[in-house]
Amino acid sequence: MQVNGQFQPTIVAFCCNWCSYAGADLSGTNRLQYPANVKIIRIPCSCRLNPMFILRAFQRGADGVILCGCHPGDCHYTSGNYFARRRMTLLFNMLEFLGIERERTRVEWVSAAEGAKFAATMNDFVATITRLGENKRLEDLRCKSK
Amino acid sequence: MQRIGVFVCWCGSNIAATVDVEAVSQALSHEAGVVFSTNYQYMCSQAGQEMIQAAIHEHRLTGVVICSCSPRMHENTFRKTCERAGINPYMVEIANIREQCSWIHKDKAVGTEKAIILGRAAIAKVLLNAPLTAGTSPVTKRALVIGGGIAGIQTALDIADAGFEVDIVEKEPTIGGKMTQIDKTFPTLDCAACILTPKMVDAAQNEKIKIYAYSQVEAVKGFVGNFTVTIRRKARYVDEEKCTGCGLCTEKCPQKKVPNAFNLGLDTRRAIYIPFAQAVPKIATIDADYCTMLKTGKCGVCSKVCTAGAIDYHQQDTLIEEHYGAIVVATGYNPIQLDQFDEFAYSHSPDVVTSLELERLMNAAGPTGGTLLRPSDKTHPHTLVFVQCVGSRCDGGEKGKPYCSKICCMYTAKHAMLIREKYPDTEVYVFYIDVRTPGKNFDEFYRRAVEEYGVHYIKGMVGKVTPQNGKLYVQAADLLGGQQLKIEADMVVLAAAIEPDKSARPLATMLTASMDTNDFFTEAHPKLRPVESPTAGIFLSGACQGPKDIPETVAQAGAAASKVIGLLVKDHLVCNPCVAESNELMCNGCSACEKVCPYGAITYIDKEFRGPNRTTLLRRIAQVNPAVCQGCGACTVACPSGAMDLKGFSNGQIMAEVDAICR
Repeated sequence: MQVNGQFQPTIVAFCCNWCSYAGADLSGTNRLQYPANVKIIRIPCSCRLNPMFILRAFQRGADGVILCGCHPGDCHYTSGNYFARRRMTLLFNMLEFLGIERERTRVEWVSAAEGAKFAATMNDFVATITRLGENKRLEDLRCKSK
Repeated sequence: MQRIGVFVCWCGSNIAATVDVEAVSQALSHEAGVVFSTNYQYMCSQAGQEMIQAAIHEHRLTGVVICSCSPRMHENTFRKTCERAGINPYMVEIANIREQCSWIHKDKAVGTEKAIILGRAAIAKVLLNAPLTAGTSPVTKRALVIGGGIAGIQTALDIADAGFEVDIVEKEPTIGGKMTQIDKTFPTLDCAACILTPKMVDAAQNEKIKIYAYSQVEAVKGFVGNFTVTIRRKARYVDEEKCTGCGLCTEKCPQKKVPNAFNLGLDTRRAIYIPFAQAVPKIATIDADYCTMLKTGKCGVCSKVCTAGAIDYHQQDTLIEEHYGAIVVATGYNPIQLDQFDEFAYSHSPDVVTSLELERLMNAAGPTGGTLLRPSDKTHPHTLVFVQCVGSRCDGGEKGKPYCSKICCMYTAKHAMLIREKYPDTEVYVFYIDVRTPGKNFDEFYRRAVEEYGVHYIKGMVGKVTPQNGKLYVQAADLLGGQQLKIEADMVVLAAAIEPDKSARPLATMLTASMDTNDFFTEAHPKLRPVESPTAGIFLSGACQGPKDIPETVAQAGAAASKVIGLLVKDHLVCNPCVAESNELMCNGCSACEKVCPYGAITYIDKEFRGPNRTTLLRRIAQVNPAVCQGCGACTVACPSGAMDLKGFSNGQIMAEVDAICR
């Protein structure tokens, strides 16, 4: 999206309910700033993230998608984040094959205690996507609202 | 068609300062499906909740969106509000415009715009919400306490007092934990054994309590109300039923050179041993690492002297499986290893000891019979130097811990005081960064050490301890005096930082309970739910959650017990209705979902379907057990045919949120 001639990326962050969503809350409680471009969607576990959701976000015009989950070994559901890690590896390979910049998608492990890490990750991710510019390859113009 | 109501909360000025709440409620009122939109100072207050209920009645709302603080905070509050007004509690969605919007942005225009988008996503989701009804699951009325220290014992006694059965699993041959090794307790200076051992006996004699000593938790399955735990009973090589605890074998065993772990290696014991006289259960244990019979097959002295015939060299570890409704973690702490703190010469001189070793040296049941003697030459020390915060409050560095170990200031004051009282000819120096004495009668206690007992408290850290000619030369900085000090000491006592027991980390993985970066168990809420783990049915007691002294540990143990009792009195638990659901018409029975389910909640059944030309087809389809499913959603992604979906977080709902955000 262009705002006053400046590129403002749309970023979707999927956060697992137990660690990363709580980490995001903690960064809010600590008043740690990160850009408003990031909009968080709460999912029960990182393994709930269907790769389709990421493709859907890109189709609808998102410029970057990030998945945050519990650290490996700390999953509330024991093994969910291991599934997520494998699935994302495959998806990222496919996106790379399609010629989508590798940096547009990211997986980060953020615990409920890592509010500072959450804010730092988001600051870094927004900066990366701003540098990459708009997602033009995967956006489906037919989906654009009039 | 759904009729959605939107309620934007100001949260006083928490939200209203950076989000134009009026503009948000205005903008959201134009969204499809929204029939009512308003804003109010405190939605969670009595008045706010009544407003929501009134609006539900007046506008015949079918779904509600609350733009407020995190759903982790008030989702339940608002679900109950809606339930009272007659709509299904799962028809509520929360847009988190406080923690994830107003608190992280400073520009009001930016905050307002983001709040509107988050509100839109919540509306898009609630439009696809379906009423959900929670099922119930039965509760096994029995609790497991992992760890038999003072925390575990107190928790077990309190649970048993309420009439529930409780098992204690302790990895050492006896219960009692660290408190058994302590001589006296601050700030009252009463003897630790005198207050602990009666409790140990109480636990052993209580018919509701079963103690599995010398045992470990091997595996945990299940969920709140229905845990199945595998316990490994380690081989003692002594028949627990037959052993009378007479101790004859421990006197006759020819292997005399085993470091005595109970006295922290300050003296030796035999290969067959009872850790201390008041051990519970009082049963001998053979140390397989040192027993000549087990290692070479030649000896058998203990077997010959045992009149009860309890020795069994062929005993094996056994695994038992038990069922519990609740699990309490009470795994406690250990002092850290000091091998990284070479400057204090801990590994070079036996006269540099840790505080816990000093406890043994001052204990009447310890290696010296309670007389304070230097470990090196068994002489009476005249000058003692205490070093505080060894490994505590180390920030950033490779060694040590970043946190305050909390108990060291007080036990050091206790040690200094006891030594000065018993041996008035000694000089006692304490080097500290800060003296921290928050607690009832703690500061008075510390001041008595300084004022009445003449302990020299010096603010500053010890730089180096050099053992030379039987003396310890202590170089230290006196920060308030602004000078360097050199003290010729006979003994140096290090207040080692405390850390969670090493068994805690693998246990946390088994329990799926979360831990912080220091391996302390995390509580569900630091203020409002301090004795519960975020994992339902797992409770925390004692120092496994953070450094604690004995009164705090006992208080937390009682609190954990009351939470367990509150759980066990229920006959049924309400399950989370946000569970997976398989669409049987789309399912092709491929088993992909079954393989990824961590709970074994998915089973396969053969079901008859109508086929063409009035035939019937038998098809294999997946079925989810809603009482076992925890709702992670792993199966929904694994399913190749898209038959599996998660209630409350369905594919459609998440896609709708994505669309609303990217619009």
